[in-house]
Amino acid sequence: MGTMSRTARAFAGLGVGVLLLAACGGEGDEVGGDATGAPEPSATEAATATDAAPDTGGADVGETAAEGGTLVFGASADPKTLDPPLASDGESLRVSEQLYEGLITLEPGGTEPVGKLATSWEASGDGLEWTFELQEGVTFHDGEPFNAEAVCFNFDRWYNFTGPLQLPAASYYWQVIFGGFAETDPDSGAPEESLYAGCEAVDDATVTLSLTRPSSAFIAGLALPTFSFSSPAALTEYEADAVSLDGEGNPVYEGSYAYEHPTGTGPFRFVEWTRNDRLVIERNPDYWGEPAILDQVIFRPIADNAARLQALQSGEIDGYDLVDPQDVPTIEEDPDLVILDRPAFNIGFLGINQAFPPMEDLAVRQALIHGINRQAVIDNLYTGRGELAKELMPPSVFGYADDVPTYDFDPERAQQILTDAGYDLPVEIEFWYPTDVTRPYLPDPQRTFESFTSDLEQSGFSVTPRSAPWTPDYLDATLGGQAQLYFMGQTGDFGDPDTFLGTFFREEREMFNWSNEEVFGLLQEGLLEDDQDARIELYQQANRLLMEELPAIPFAHSRPALAFRTNVEGFVPSPVTLEDFSTVTVTR
Amino acid sequence: MAWYVVRRLALAVPVLFGVSLLVFLWVRALPGGPAQGLLGERADPAAVEAVERQYGLDRPVYEQYGRYVGSLVRLEFGQSITSHQPVLSEIARRFPATAELAAAAMLFAVAAGVPLGVLAAKRRQTWVDQASLVGSLIGISIPIFFLALLLKYVFAVRLGWLPSIGRLDALLSLPHPTNLYTVDALLAGDWEAFADVLRHLLLPAIALGTIPLAIIARITRAAVLDVISEDYVRTARAKGIARRLVDRRHILRNALLPVSTVVGLQTGLLLSGAVLTETVFAWGGIGTWIYDAIRFRDYPVLQGGILFLAVLFLLVNLLVDLSYALIDPRVRYR
Repeated sequence: MGTMSRTARAFAGLGVGVLLLAACGGEGDEVGGDATGAPEPSATEAATATDAAPDTGGADVGETAAEGGTLVFGASADPKTLDPPLASDGESLRVSEQLYEGLITLEPGGTEPVGKLATSWEASGDGLEWTFELQEGVTFHDGEPFNAEAVCFNFDRWYNFTGPLQLPAASYYWQVIFGGFAETDPDSGAPEESLYAGCEAVDDATVTLSLTRPSSAFIAGLALPTFSFSSPAALTEYEADAVSLDGEGNPVYEGSYAYEHPTGTGPFRFVEWTRNDRLVIERNPDYWGEPAILDQVIFRPIADNAARLQALQSGEIDGYDLVDPQDVPTIEEDPDLVILDRPAFNIGFLGINQAFPPMEDLAVRQALIHGINRQAVIDNLYTGRGELAKELMPPSVFGYADDVPTYDFDPERAQQILTDAGYDLPVEIEFWYPTDVTRPYLPDPQRTFESFTSDLEQSGFSVTPRSAPWTPDYLDATLGGQAQLYFMGQTGDFGDPDTFLGTFFREEREMFNWSNEEVFGLLQEGLLEDDQDARIELYQQANRLLMEELPAIPFAHSRPALAFRTNVEGFVPSPVTLEDFSTVTVTR
Repeated sequence: MAWYVVRRLALAVPVLFGVSLLVFLWVRALPGGPAQGLLGERADPAAVEAVERQYGLDRPVYEQYGRYVGSLVRLEFGQSITSHQPVLSEIARRFPATAELAAAAMLFAVAAGVPLGVLAAKRRQTWVDQASLVGSLIGISIPIFFLALLLKYVFAVRLGWLPSIGRLDALLSLPHPTNLYTVDALLAGDWEAFADVLRHLLLPAIALGTIPLAIIARITRAAVLDVISEDYVRTARAKGIARRLVDRRHILRNALLPVSTVVGLQTGLLLSGAVLTETVFAWGGIGTWIYDAIRFRDYPVLQGGILFLAVLFLLVNLLVDLSYALIDPRVRYR
């Protein structure tokens, strides 16, 4: 069950930043393209949005969208919901990303924030007010206009969630980025304080978000599909927030918005969803930007990994995510199939707890990093999906520094360092590994442990093995400060360096018992700085210091794989797992 | 007869309560819970606690069971924790898929198993008999998922003759008034869809039907051998009745009695095989639903889904018992 949720940390449409620029010089259908054809004869106002010249269906996109056709994508499960703020699983976010848009997105294939429904943004001097200029001439799929009021309607909706919608399992990403709610139920598990202070529609195309304290990380957070906008009319009509309690006191979701009427502004719009069979979306002919090339995309839920592979081989699906590493060679050998690499967005490291002597001695930590053959582990145990980690966050995230100190595997040097520092060899250490788990960044804990242990024994250390089941014992021991040397790691939540470095190294933590005011200061500053270039510099500097100080030893990133048939092109994998299907073509 | 049915149904009530208790305890014995299912890696203690509080999972187990039984008595089955779909309407939507698959599998098993068994009996001690024995042993012992993968590899991946997943081609759309896709296609008069539905049924039906096929073939063989040496068969033959007629009227008719018992029992067992088969073929029935519910620790779905299967199993068994009376006039229920 873990795999899915792990990849759920996803977000961000690819290619949209580029499309946004392209649209500015575009073919004239991006402005004032008020849809004549609302997808359904619903809604209060669909009938009024008819002042634009009626167009003849999809004819106006004919030139750029030469190919059309249908892409069938193999999903691992049905989405849980198509109401973005309540989605945190990968399959929900994947579909939401096609139907909806938010203010910000990320550069294709990377994690740098660029505008989507916002054309530009700036912070007030004190970093408490952020003003966004909005893309004009955008309409929701039901024909309702997208404007500053719609933005505020959505933000206020999220901020005013009550009852079960405040559970972390429901509004997870709101809580990660903005914290609490207007009235946070103390039983909900949500943070009490909120970063969100309010939203003001300055004019139709300008909106100001106020914060309770300065923050820069929230901009990258806004690129999550979670923070994309629904048509206020559709939210109301289809009772998106209607949740009651049943006889057992369990929440019962009553509205149909999330399941039958998702209404955004994205390049695709919703057609139908037959659970456990197929979910169909089609090109939005009134899209404000570069329209999707495909006519439709069909998502088929296939829980079984082997079944997904066979369906791809037989041509019943055109592509799928979460390819099992052991299937990669089979796919690579097949001339009709191709593997796409998703840039690594995780980090596996060895945690060092300096409360256990002699770990507080930098020389010992240097000897440790010289004393393990990280490349061998990557080559032997990561089935070709691994890459050596030079620092404590993945290269796809901004703030990664190319010039950190590096350390080769050199057992003699490790012994020399220890001897020079006055230690009698061997130095005894306790080394922990989890027994019953695999992580994306640690596919085989025990064999990785064995490999590192034999390296360390050549390098002047004597290793006492310790192991425990991942939860709760292993996590309790390592995070709780009871383990001297241990495997740990992380998959990123969203595309901000703070999700990697801040989580572990912004303040003193029991798991490391390491304190460094300079690094803590840089990371604190990084959280508040609103200038992107300055932030990059701060995180790069932190990375350099971290690799000098070695509070932990990074060893691996792993690249997940996607598989497609070779007739599918234009798909750009994103480190944060969500990809835009509007640039994809299929030739049959 | 009516009295017998009433008595059997009354007996089913304590059985179902037993099942509900077992399922209730079993789902709670699985490591992790709905909170971990919903939150995955992000399940930090505070978030888990909040979800458990919301769903009453922090209360004592006996209290949870009491509330659960209370809602069962009111025929409330709750809503899926992950998809927010009501359990009852999901059963109504998905059961036809499972029923359609089980029916096709049984049809395959009977249509192939009975003639095979008869043939083996009549060619006793020949290579036909030996081959059918070996075939049956393989059929019974081969794991369903392995057979399914093999069938898919040969017929979908290599030969490309048949589809490997789902119930209908993704590009075909069909209204689903009954959710029995064969019936839906006929109702819509859509022959292309009908043919496609049959093509989709073929491999999963063979995968699911192989075990019952093997068992039916063996039982048929044994039953035919039993009957073949009965006095009345010898008498019939002695009277000069045509061989075909003896085979049909005197042998097959009597031999089918134990076979029909097995068919009934196997129908119940098919439901458990459906979990594996449906998962491998991405078949949207009760099986995949329960499989997903296990992945996400969706307690209401697991409890409701498995209880539903138990009810179904009891009903099938009751029908099997009743059908004896129809097939064999010597059996009477009081």
